[in-house]
Amino acid sequence: MNAQTIALSRFGLGARPDEALPADPKAWLHAQLGGFDPRPAAIAAAPTRQEVATQLAEYFEELRTMGGKAARQAPASVLARPQPASMTTMPGQPMMDQSVAGQPKSPQAADVTQTVQQFIRKASRDYYLTSVAARTDAALTTPAPFVERLVHFWANHFAVSADKLQVIGLVGLLEFEAIRPHVLGKFEDMLVAVEQHPAMLLYLDQAQSVGPDSRLGAIAASRGRKVGLNENLGREIMELHTLGVRSGYTQADVTEFARALTGWTVDGIGRGPAARAMGGGGAPGAFHFAEAIHQPGARTILGKKYDQPGVEQARAVLHDLATSPATARHIATKLARHFAADDPPPALVDRLSTAFLKSGGDLPAVYRVLIDAPEVWNPANTKFRTPWDWSVAALRAVGSKQLQGQAIVGLMNQLGQPVWKPGSPAGYDDIAASWAGPDALVRRVEAADRIASRAAGLVDPRQIATKVLPDMSQATSLALARAESPGQGLALLLASPEFLRR
Amino acid sequence: MIDRRLFLGSAAAGAALLAAPGIALAKAATDRRFVFIIQRGAADGLSTVAPVGDPAFAGIRGPLLEDAQAGAKLGSFFTLHPAMTETAKLYGAGEALFVHAVASPYRDRSHFDGQNVLETGATGAYRLKDGWMNRLLGLLPQGEAKAIAVSPTVPVALRGPHEVSSYAPSALPTPTDDLLARVGDLYAHDPQLSPLWNEAMATRKLTSDLSAGGGQNGAATGALAARLLAGENGDRIAFIETNGWDTHSGQRGRLNAQLKGLDALVGALKTGLGADWSNTLVLVATEFGRTAAINGTGGTDHGTASVAMLLGGAVKGGRVIGDWPGLAPAALYENRDLKPTTDLDVLAANALAQHYGLDLARTYATLFPEGQRPARIDGLIRTA
Repeated sequence: MNAQTIALSRFGLGARPDEALPADPKAWLHAQLGGFDPRPAAIAAAPTRQEVATQLAEYFEELRTMGGKAARQAPASVLARPQPASMTTMPGQPMMDQSVAGQPKSPQAADVTQTVQQFIRKASRDYYLTSVAARTDAALTTPAPFVERLVHFWANHFAVSADKLQVIGLVGLLEFEAIRPHVLGKFEDMLVAVEQHPAMLLYLDQAQSVGPDSRLGAIAASRGRKVGLNENLGREIMELHTLGVRSGYTQADVTEFARALTGWTVDGIGRGPAARAMGGGGAPGAFHFAEAIHQPGARTILGKKYDQPGVEQARAVLHDLATSPATARHIATKLARHFAADDPPPALVDRLSTAFLKSGGDLPAVYRVLIDAPEVWNPANTKFRTPWDWSVAALRAVGSKQLQGQAIVGLMNQLGQPVWKPGSPAGYDDIAASWAGPDALVRRVEAADRIASRAAGLVDPRQIATKVLPDMSQATSLALARAESPGQGLALLLASPEFLRR
Repeated sequence: MIDRRLFLGSAAAGAALLAAPGIALAKAATDRRFVFIIQRGAADGLSTVAPVGDPAFAGIRGPLLEDAQAGAKLGSFFTLHPAMTETAKLYGAGEALFVHAVASPYRDRSHFDGQNVLETGATGAYRLKDGWMNRLLGLLPQGEAKAIAVSPTVPVALRGPHEVSSYAPSALPTPTDDLLARVGDLYAHDPQLSPLWNEAMATRKLTSDLSAGGGQNGAATGALAARLLAGENGDRIAFIETNGWDTHSGQRGRLNAQLKGLDALVGALKTGLGADWSNTLVLVATEFGRTAAINGTGGTDHGTASVAMLLGGAVKGGRVIGDWPGLAPAALYENRDLKPTTDLDVLAANALAQHYGLDLARTYATLFPEGQRPARIDGLIRTA
């Protein structure tokens, strides 16, 4: 791999034959840090947070009122019907409404519930498809592919997964609203934006976490109802988003952090009495600090006392986490793995970590270390492209610009990396062992064949190869020359060993 | 002002009615079907329609002679490949016409460029954006201008301003065995990919293309195309993809399987079209032929002229035509390939003009706008 290919593929998202090759690869990368549009047309056209959240609010309201009616009408004989699991948690209605939502329903009500669920499922899926299309469009047409790759990196670092009904429509917005605006900013700002985003608050159950000694928590307890502190978000912030696993924090630290985080919730999604008690009333989907469920008192986390009032308490914890040496090391390791090699070169990790700490988590300062790192420019250090990486590179190589969300979703499902759906808050793995398997390889060749057959005739694979794989091996060059049709030649190019790597 | 075309049309219809009451010429015209089967990869014409009567043939094609001699006789000079039993029946029924030593205007030996020329109808690669089949639609009355590509996407031949559709047969699996084999070659020396690929191929139940399944895949494609074309509301023009003709090695077995698949495709097309077969013209053609001589790996390399087939109930067949150039060393093109003596574009223009009752010069100028004046090749199509 020459420097141009490394700049275009390892830093960028793959060459586009209709764009000029960067004359000075390093300068090209540095320049991208100077100007990045977080909201290009493709992203601006995606559904808004308010739109998605309003839809969700209506869904929960439908369920809530229906549940109440059904409960009143339910004959005694059907009271034993089990409660559908998806009905049990309603964000923003942590406890007062449990009496309503928790009621068994009549068969008729169950039918209606199903209809309502089908409706929200469809609406969420539409939002999801539109968001996937917007992300892909941005990746195919961006003038700053290095920064765009970093957006994908951070979105995977702060992963939410479109498994839960409530978050399917919101997963794309986390990337568009919390990652993109901060990709060239401070790590801390990105961290706060992510942890206050409705997708994260709902995905990691923070919206339902109640301080036992908070005002509403105490009322619930006095009525004999068990109310919950939910440690999910607190734990994942420490383990995945900042410090990293086994970096020295304890279960007690997690619990204390979870207490500090109580009250961090989403506005305008619940409408029951509890939601009213929690205040808010701003734009649906906005971050809302609900004092009524915040656990009062000072917290001690990693040996430091936090006695700030209200929302400031967890905010102060986030500040310390964002600037901790453990976090710097965790982020540096992940960046080095992404850009240099599956086994991150220790010297590069050290330099990235130092830059992170010295700059106070200024991300461009860290990226500049990457650009100047000989480890990243070492042609021997290749990375096996993940399905997303490969698909974006393939679509860029054949000159695609606008695709239907469904087409991308289908492709990514086929290749085993559905967009924003890693199935866990840890995100997708970033090592070859996770992606280079026998079946995965065949699927990739099948996808190459399909992409090629769509583009065949419009493009000449030999010409594309000169831009996309300027230093391809003799074997690949020979295979292209001997292909029996342009379509086959293109498929071989996309499936070639060089193209599978970056 | 009288529209000249309309005037001619109604005059012709009037004449037909007068001449033969009960047979409406206009209606007959709208029943016409045209199918283009492309053989991607350069099919070997000398194996498909073998010139066993040429004194030089046995000498250069020794290892493949057995097949050539076992095939159905097409007159005294040629035989048809023995895998093509259905096509042999068509020949017997006067529904198959072979035109030998045919080539498009393209004279180099690149598949990509050759196929581009074959599909665009230009004289060189990437000179025209649209395909000649799309331009053909512009020459036909509205009711007849309905075209479909039996492939996952619209091929170059059908691209252009006139609307066409495409239908991917699920019986045509992708990727083909050929592509998988080539990918395997490409990964052979990659320490990471090679073991993964070998494992995948070992466990994968190989689905396959035209050449596999003893003709079943071909038959399924033919039956699908027939369903799309049959009946009053069916499509009138179809493009069918076939791949896998690039027989650089082990040609005997591979070509046998390929031709068996093609033969089954044609057979199923005829069966499926039923009564519409009598109004059908099928053109089978490839981007270029293969070397006259056999290479060191039991195959043939990229060449020049090949054979084209006109099949269907509309064809005045039972013949092999063309100006045979001979296979003696001095007669070969660049000392290696069968020399082209008939221009494929001219052949197609003549066949289509006769099939649709169009003016030859206008047909040729529309479909192949970069060519010179076309020679006439009369009597390719039965007159109604």
